[in-house]
Amino acid sequence: MLDVETIKKDFPMLNGKTMNDKPLVYLDNGATTFKPKQVIETVNHFYNDITSNIHRGDYEIAYKADVAYDHCRETIAKFINCEPKEVVFTSGASASLNMAAYSCGLCKLKKDDVILITEAEHASNVLPWFRVAEKTGAKVEYIPLTQEGRISIENFEAAMDERVRIVAVASVTNVLGYIAPVKQICEIAHKYGAIVVVDGAQSVPHMPTDVKEWDCDLLAFSGHKMIGPSGVGVLYGKYQILQEMEPMMLGGGANSRFDVCGNVLLKEAPFKFEAGTPNIEGVMGLDAAAQYLMNIGMANIAEYEKELHAYMTKELSKLDNVIVYNPNGDSGIVAFNVKDIFSQDAAGYLNSQGVAVRSGNHCAKILVNFLKVSDTIRASLYLYNTKADVDALIEALKTCTIENCIGTFF
Amino acid sequence: MMVNELLKDPMVLREIILDHYEYPRHHHLVEDESYHQAHMASESCIDDIHVQALIKDNIIQDINFEGVACTISTASTSMMTELLIGKTLEEAKEIISNYYAMIDGREYDEEMLNEAISLQGVSKQANRIKCATIGWHGIEQLINESEEDHDSKE
Repeated sequence: MLDVETIKKDFPMLNGKTMNDKPLVYLDNGATTFKPKQVIETVNHFYNDITSNIHRGDYEIAYKADVAYDHCRETIAKFINCEPKEVVFTSGASASLNMAAYSCGLCKLKKDDVILITEAEHASNVLPWFRVAEKTGAKVEYIPLTQEGRISIENFEAAMDERVRIVAVASVTNVLGYIAPVKQICEIAHKYGAIVVVDGAQSVPHMPTDVKEWDCDLLAFSGHKMIGPSGVGVLYGKYQILQEMEPMMLGGGANSRFDVCGNVLLKEAPFKFEAGTPNIEGVMGLDAAAQYLMNIGMANIAEYEKELHAYMTKELSKLDNVIVYNPNGDSGIVAFNVKDIFSQDAAGYLNSQGVAVRSGNHCAKILVNFLKVSDTIRASLYLYNTKADVDALIEALKTCTIENCIGTFF
Repeated sequence: MMVNELLKDPMVLREIILDHYEYPRHHHLVEDESYHQAHMASESCIDDIHVQALIKDNIIQDINFEGVACTISTASTSMMTELLIGKTLEEAKEIISNYYAMIDGREYDEEMLNEAISLQGVSKQANRIKCATIGWHGIEQLINESEEDHDSKE
C-alpha cells in the first residue's frame, strides 16, 4: 500500500498551502498534477548546472545534457514496456495525437476510409481527425457507447469493417473515467488491418501501461498529468509504423543531410520527429517523474486510487443534493453535479472552501449528446490525495446551496 | 430606509442576485423579425445565450434573452434588460460603460447601475468576469449593429 503521508512530503504544493484562507484540497488531477521535488530538482539541475543544447555540443556540459536527455527514452521504454527508439518526445498528448493524425493519418487514409472514434473522446482526439478526414475524404464514425458510457467489445465489433483504417480511443476517458478494453480493440482492429491510436493522457499516469500487451500501434500521453513538467509528452509508436510516418515538422535535428537541390535525407525515427531544440529540461523532468512513479509502482498507485475513488463515490452518494454520473467509474475520476446548481457556480463555491475541482464540459464537447447535461463538475484523484481530501470535498458540498454560491461574491 | 441605503446591505444584494437568477426578467425569446438577435457563446465556459432587442427611434424598446448559463450570467443579463429597456442608445451606452467599469474594478457611478451594483464583487473573481458581461456584450453588439444599419441608411 502507498505511504501517502511520506509521498506528500515530496510535493511542495502539498506542504500546507491555503486557497481562500482554507487548506488547499487539490482534486483537479485530470487537468494537471503537482510535481515532487525530485522532478523540480532535475529541471533545476539542467538550469543550474548543465544548460546547453543537445546532440551538437563538443564540450562536457553538452555531453552531460545529451546523456540526461537520451536517458529519458530508456526510462519511458521501461515505463510503458517498449524500445527506447519507439519513444518520440512531443510537447504533450495533444501534440502526440496531432502527430498521429497528420503524420500517420494523412499518409494512410484515402477517400471513403473510416476513422473510428467515440463520443467520449477529448477534443484533442477528435479535432485532428476531423481535419484529416476533411483533407483525405475519409469519414469519422463513432463507436456507440453503452448506456453507462463505456466502449463495449460488442459495440466495437459491430462498428468495425474493412473501411476502418484508424481506430482512435482513449484508454481512460477524461469525463467518465472508464477503462477501454484496449487489448481486445487492438486484436479486432488488427484483423481488419486497421491502426489503433490510444489517447493515454488519463490512463498512463494512473495505472500500469504495457504497449506490448495491448499491441497498440500509437500511444499518446503528457508529462504534466503524471507529476512531470508541462510542455513535454510522448508519442509511442511501433517502430515499423514510426518509420512509415512522415514528420509534420522538419528542421534541425530531424535530418542527416540536405543539399541546395532540395534533396533531404531524414534521420531515422524517433529523431526525424524531433526537429528543433526540444524541451530538454522537460524531458529530463519527465524522466524523473516516470522514475518516481515506477519506484512507488503503477499497480500500487492504481489500487490506491481505486480504493479512494470507491470512498469518494460512496460518500458522494450519501448526499441528497449531488448526482453522480459515473458511480461505477474505473479510475480516479468522478463526474457529478449539485442538483439545480450550474457546475461553474458550484465549483466557485468549492473554490471558496479551498477545494479545487473542474467545471464545464472538460474538452469532451460531444459527450453532451450522451450525458444529456451541458456540463459537470469533475473531481479527479491522484496518488497524493487522501480520504481527508475527499472529506473536505463532501463537507463543502453539504453547504453548497445557491445562496452560498452567490455569497462567494460578497 | 432609502433605496440607496438598502443597496449597501450585502444580504439585500445577495437576495437581488438570487431573485434575478431564479426569476430572470425577459427570459424568453420572441419570433419577430423586427428584433435583432445576438448569439453569445463563451469560449472558456459553457455560457451560451441568445440576446434579442427591438431598437426603434433611437430607443431600446425591448430586450429578451434565453440560454444555458450560470447564476452570474443569468442574473447580470436579467438586470441588464431592466436597466436598458426604454433608454436611448446614448443612455444605454453610458450605463454599459459604467457597468464594465464596475466589473473591472474601476470607478463607476452607482446611481446609474441600480440593482446591478449587487454584482460588484465579481471584479474580485477574474474567472467570472466573462459570466457577468456576456449578456451585456450581447446588447452592446446589437446597439452597434443598429447604429451601423442606421448610418448606412442615411
